[in-house]
Amino acid sequence: MKLQQLSLFLENRPGRLGAPLEAIAKEGINILTLSLADTAQFGILRLIVREWDKAKQVLEDAGWVVNLTEVVAVDVLDRPGGLAEALAVLEGAGLNIEYMYAFSLRRGDKAILIFRFEDPDRAIDVLLEKGLHVVDGDELLSVVSG
Amino acid sequence: MLTELWNDAAGGFHPASAPDFLPETALKQVQLRRLRAVVSLAYENVALFRTRMEERGLTPDSIQRLEDIQQLPFTVKADLRDTYPFGLFATPMSDVVRLHASSGTTGKPIVVAYTREDVDVWSEVMARTLACCGLHRGDVLQNAFGYGLFTGGLGAHYGAEALGATVVPISGGNSDRQIMLIRDFGVSALCCTPSYFTYLIERAAELGVDLRALPLRAGIFGAEPWTDGMRDHIEAAAGIKAYDIYGLSEIIGPGVASECSAQQGLHIFEDHFYPEIIDPETGEALPDGEEGELVLTTLSKKAMPMIRYRTRDITSLISEPCECGRTIRRMRRIGRRSDDMFIIRGVNVFPSQVEAALLAVEGTLPHYQIILTRDQGLDQMSVEVEVTPEVFSDKIRALEDVRARLAKAIEHILGIRVGLRLVEPRSIARSEGKAKRVIDRRNEGA
Repeated sequence: MKLQQLSLFLENRPGRLGAPLEAIAKEGINILTLSLADTAQFGILRLIVREWDKAKQVLEDAGWVVNLTEVVAVDVLDRPGGLAEALAVLEGAGLNIEYMYAFSLRRGDKAILIFRFEDPDRAIDVLLEKGLHVVDGDELLSVVSG
Repeated sequence: MLTELWNDAAGGFHPASAPDFLPETALKQVQLRRLRAVVSLAYENVALFRTRMEERGLTPDSIQRLEDIQQLPFTVKADLRDTYPFGLFATPMSDVVRLHASSGTTGKPIVVAYTREDVDVWSEVMARTLACCGLHRGDVLQNAFGYGLFTGGLGAHYGAEALGATVVPISGGNSDRQIMLIRDFGVSALCCTPSYFTYLIERAAELGVDLRALPLRAGIFGAEPWTDGMRDHIEAAAGIKAYDIYGLSEIIGPGVASECSAQQGLHIFEDHFYPEIIDPETGEALPDGEEGELVLTTLSKKAMPMIRYRTRDITSLISEPCECGRTIRRMRRIGRRSDDMFIIRGVNVFPSQVEAALLAVEGTLPHYQIILTRDQGLDQMSVEVEVTPEVFSDKIRALEDVRARLAKAIEHILGIRVGLRLVEPRSIARSEGKAKRVIDRRNEGA
């Protein structure tokens, strides 16, 4: 149920984001979602793509340092308080979140939350136990690309 | 008559400066006599030197003329490191009255030693240095070179006392107090690194102190390379004459060579330090006027004689007479070195030291580049390091931690603050052959 997330190191200066995105677009690889974390000096681009192994190869061949991380996707109702409820569950279980990002779908009433947990396996157990919906790779593909 | 020059009243020369005016034949006699003595001393007491002499079939008697020095083996910085700490001493420790140390290539310092006589010679050549810069009894010299293991502070201090000047032994740093004492003590001369002085100029302006309106008239600058453009700026902004002096711990410290009022090259105190210029590739001696690597032999050092020490500094010797009247030869100001060592804030830095730190943190050596800049007169060093798969993480905090550990490791080895920037893989230019590790932008726009 875990998803593979690709992370890339980028320098924080104009034009650095475009190149890796172009490289994977050229190979026809669709990006399901992405997030960018940055400091004054550098940034980390995090990507969830349809064919992560192919994308990783393409990026590495083009010279990027790529890191592979397991993340967990949860869908919640896209309405005020939806995220807060999910977070309350995680907090109550004492799960440590390294970082997270979210996106809402074009269609439907759901928002997808992507979590980087310290311990993703335990997190999935807790989420399922508490009745939250963990989205796996195939499902994410189908809801995103419809 | 020379005796007229020996008047140490204002404008005259100190008696210690007499050897600066020796006729060439007399100078050469002194040099040959001292060369033969120092070669004997080293041959009899320094195992490394004796072995190298024997390998070449040489004995001290092989030195019959000054030119015979060209047969002698070179000494290099690695020899000091390999024999750390006391392997090149020629006298027992009971005759050594002082040790100094400077940064080395592997984190281990280079150790140098002085007998009582060596300290006297050092005081003499530093007195001659200060006299060369127009100082005399009655001057107040603020000594902002660092006191301690670094040779700059104590070298200038003893020289100023030998000259009869008044020393203010403030050492480096504490800029506001530096400026207060320049003003309150009527300081007429100051010595420090040129980059530190340009900072003092800025700071004085911020404090509303006009250095041009004070008695300060001479700046004696050394321990790092600086340009004519920087000199023009210093002279105009502080209303002083800025003199370049040269020295290195391995030879004695400051006091090897100094500019005079003509500011056309630095007079080498060659009755104590015999200069040669060699082709850095072949080791062949080059005639005066040709550019090459400066090689120095200490003619009178007792505790740690240096025979044909390769300084790695590129310059040329000027044998034409100087308008100041001194007969000792001059060398042109040092513009570059034959290795990739650089000097920042008075500290010798080899890229290999930075490499050792990067290697210690990462396990493998990443591509890196050292960038030197000058910000408000202060030299800054920053290191750009390409991110490798081994250290890359999807977490910002982990990368910040890597960055901090790299910076700390470098600062620990060098003892100075450095900036550290993580950059993308393959973003540092790869050159054919030798990598260009150091980008020096300090003189751009200076």
